[in-house]
Amino acid sequence: MQTLANPTRFMAASQSILPWLAGAAAISLGAGLVLGFAAPPDYQQGDTVKIMFVHVPAVWTAMMAYGLLALASLIGLVNRHPLADLAARTAAPLGAAFTALGLITGSLWGRPMWGAWWVWDGRLTTFLLLLFIYVGYIALWNAIEDETRAARICAVLALVGAVNLPVIEFSVDWWTTLHQGESIFRAGGPLIAPVFLWPLFLMALGYTLLFFVLWIIRIRTEILVRQSRRTAMGISA
Amino acid sequence: MIAFLAMGGYAAFVWPAYGISLACLATMVAVTVRDYRRAKAQLTYATKQK
Repeated sequence: MQTLANPTRFMAASQSILPWLAGAAAISLGAGLVLGFAAPPDYQQGDTVKIMFVHVPAVWTAMMAYGLLALASLIGLVNRHPLADLAARTAAPLGAAFTALGLITGSLWGRPMWGAWWVWDGRLTTFLLLLFIYVGYIALWNAIEDETRAARICAVLALVGAVNLPVIEFSVDWWTTLHQGESIFRAGGPLIAPVFLWPLFLMALGYTLLFFVLWIIRIRTEILVRQSRRTAMGISA
Repeated sequence: MIAFLAMGGYAAFVWPAYGISLACLATMVAVTVRDYRRAKAQLTYATKQK
């Protein structure tokens, strides 16, 4: 972590790792799609179970992205390292997109199975809150001109917003309204048959890897932007 | 094939879910790569100006 915190080293290391990550993401997503469409209809949910393979990975990635955003914010606050601020900032639009995907695919699953596009259930409401936190975070970044100040204030917002993550996680236990409870990471093993579990894990792996690929490219982009700004001002990088 | 496309009567929900997911992920990739290329071109330009 410490050695990667140097932008030059980050550029070199990320350059060599990116093709591998991108390849692994493509293979996971491809295999997940093939197995997902080969999976039989669920005995209760019919073919809507296939929505799970794009809904659950999007939701997991959205939450992981926020966890990483909060972690980078914490490192930025404590170590005052600009690369951590960049990492936090660039994770936000990606996380927001995955959150929106989770909400939309969930809605398309809820309509045939629950009879409603949307309900103010604990899980759905706290997950919608995650989208608002992402959007607020991005808006705050854009509202403050001085980047160092923006990074500090946004990092504090990110850490406050992180409280929502465990609330989303446990919402299905606290408010047992409509959204199903935990069926995968539970004591006693998953409740889902392997024929559904495999495509789900491959898709989740693919989504996670894709997030990291895009995140790394976005951090590289920001480093390049800063380099050209410094070059234009006549300061050697 | 037709049975596959019908998704057991849930085609109107399954296919939009996959379509929107694909569109969203593809847009994310396109925008990320576009911004990266722009930043790279900008740096080359700034370096040449010196």
